[in-house]
Amino acid sequence: MLGTGKFRNKTELTASIKASGTEIVTVALRRIDIERHEDNILEYIPEGITLLTNTSGARNAREAVRIARLARESGCGNWVKIEVINDSKYLLPDNAETVKATEILAAEGFIVLPYISPDLYTARALVEAGAAAVMPLGSLIGSNQGLKSKEFIRILVDEIDGVPVIVDAGIGAPSQAAEAMEMGVDAVLANTAVATAGDPAGIALAFSLAIRAGRLAYLSRLPAGHSQAAASSPLTGFLFEP
Amino acid sequence: MEILLNGKRRPISGSLDLAAFIARHRNSPAPVVAELNGEIIQNERWDRTVLKDGDALELISFVGGG
Repeated sequence: MLGTGKFRNKTELTASIKASGTEIVTVALRRIDIERHEDNILEYIPEGITLLTNTSGARNAREAVRIARLARESGCGNWVKIEVINDSKYLLPDNAETVKATEILAAEGFIVLPYISPDLYTARALVEAGAAAVMPLGSLIGSNQGLKSKEFIRILVDEIDGVPVIVDAGIGAPSQAAEAMEMGVDAVLANTAVATAGDPAGIALAFSLAIRAGRLAYLSRLPAGHSQAAASSPLTGFLFEP
Repeated sequence: MEILLNGKRRPISGSLDLAAFIARHRNSPAPVVAELNGEIIQNERWDRTVLKDGDALELISFVGGG
């Protein structure tokens, strides 16, 4: 899944969406600025792509619910990414408020994808509340630090059944996306790593390949790691006497 | 007459309906969602909704985001 923020220009956005092969992109809602003409971002998103409107700006469940309802009123679908943040330094999500918003919005028929800090209790509560997925952060939004919360994401992969686990935030390179997929994560959402790359469409394609590679590796059951060597060539019939 | 538009005070002429106001002020062809005094107003009702003194109007649309 691809975020649409931070692109230097809309042409790069369209090219990146196409190169990535994604079927879902995120957008945000903001007050219009009547003083100046603005592009219609939807024109740069190819037809057939599912729009996932985030609730960025929401500081609590009530505000997230308001944004989701506004998004649905636009007629662009009922998929919503719940993003409830009230700290501007780390942009960490408020898990408790996210659960509250999910309960309300899932009951109203929204397809809810909540963005959270990886916490098993929160994830279980979200599944119970009707979330369509859980989206634990890899690391801080925009930080490109990768899977800093890897082991806590692994717990969700192991324990959460029934809904996809999608790593969202902090994925800074295709290798990190592959790493997540190899662990059994179902999808990743990236924005900064693509939008701010030298060649966004190139990076988007790289992500696509990495995600497929990681998924195939997971399905093919990677062998375990070992702390000691295990020879790859036979230990008998050596040419040289010991 | 004065309304609050997106949090800022704005004088408007009387008897303006929401459809006319939005047509005059929208800044892009993107879908606009209107919320008047905390209530979402569906498209179909815009031409029947007349703005009153002191109304708080929010006009919202899509932008890029993660």
